[in-house]
Amino acid sequence: MWQALREELYPQGLEIVTVALDTLGLKAALPFIEAAKPTHPALIDEAHLLDELFGVVNVPSGVWIDEQGIIVRPVEPAYVPRGQFRSRQIPEGASAYVVEMIGEVNKMIEGYKVSQDTEKYFPALRDWATNGANSRYVLSPEEVIERSRPRGMEEALGAAHFELGQHLYRQGKTDLAVVHFRQAHRLQPNNWTYRRQAWSMADPLQGPTDLYEGDWVSDIRKVGAENYYLPLDMD
Amino acid sequence: MISETLEITPGQLKSRTGWDIKPQGACKGEICIPLFSSVTTATGLVDLSKLAEKLNMPLIRDDVAGLWCLGPEANGKALTTTIAPDFELPDWQGQTFHFSSLRGKKVLLVAWASW
Repeated sequence: MWQALREELYPQGLEIVTVALDTLGLKAALPFIEAAKPTHPALIDEAHLLDELFGVVNVPSGVWIDEQGIIVRPVEPAYVPRGQFRSRQIPEGASAYVVEMIGEVNKMIEGYKVSQDTEKYFPALRDWATNGANSRYVLSPEEVIERSRPRGMEEALGAAHFELGQHLYRQGKTDLAVVHFRQAHRLQPNNWTYRRQAWSMADPLQGPTDLYEGDWVSDIRKVGAENYYLPLDMD
Repeated sequence: MISETLEITPGQLKSRTGWDIKPQGACKGEICIPLFSSVTTATGLVDLSKLAEKLNMPLIRDDVAGLWCLGPEANGKALTTTIAPDFELPDWQGQTFHFSSLRGKKVLLVAWASW
């Protein structure tokens, strides 16, 4: 889905790099990458390194980095081009959980913010591709740091537990891993990548299990579907 | 950073966290933090518990697994500089990709996931 945009903007000196945050690595991400046939770098991040390096807490997220390697916009929602976000139909024979899940996804899509923000993100990206440092969407260094995610000791400790959980999970020590994933969820309650990654390994639908306190539908309902993504401040 | 031991070589520290122990302190990119007292042992290894305290990083241990994990610096914000951290990750065809190879281009870095 990023490929078409890459074709458009690459001649203007903009490259797109996609990074799959997947503890299960290539085998999880490959079907999507093969379908997209990317000509841009498509990377695999088993360790969720981007969470730690840039403060990613949800997907899709984007960071803008200029020709000199300077971050000019920190992590923010990077919506796929319009048309990708369509209301979903409920498949025949879907379980009760899937019905609820699709209901929440549709609330998210139909909600004001996602549709409005999708309209804002791509014109801004095109503006930057064309105008570079003179684009009005390029932020000052102070603003970039200020807008990056908070990282106090709780968040840093959550990152350490998540890293250890992933390491143990990949070693097949699932019981030990779950203890650390739960700590990570408690310490970074707003981090959806930590939660959804762990839930998805216990249940592909991210439904309720005995392992974790939350699940996708319950947690989305707690914050409200319209607040699932951070607000996109492109004004 | 996962470690089986509390003491690692300065080379391991640098390759896995970006922090380089120099005479002026612990350095990463353009930032150097004076250490005032040594974080290295008599045999030249870095003591992770001392380093964690100096750099404000969490250090946790799983006793059953026998592993330590050193977390990121807790400096208030995920970014403390606008210089993009250099990193290496495998691409989908198994080749190591160096982020710094894109210098000279504008980059939209997109995080996504299969889940």
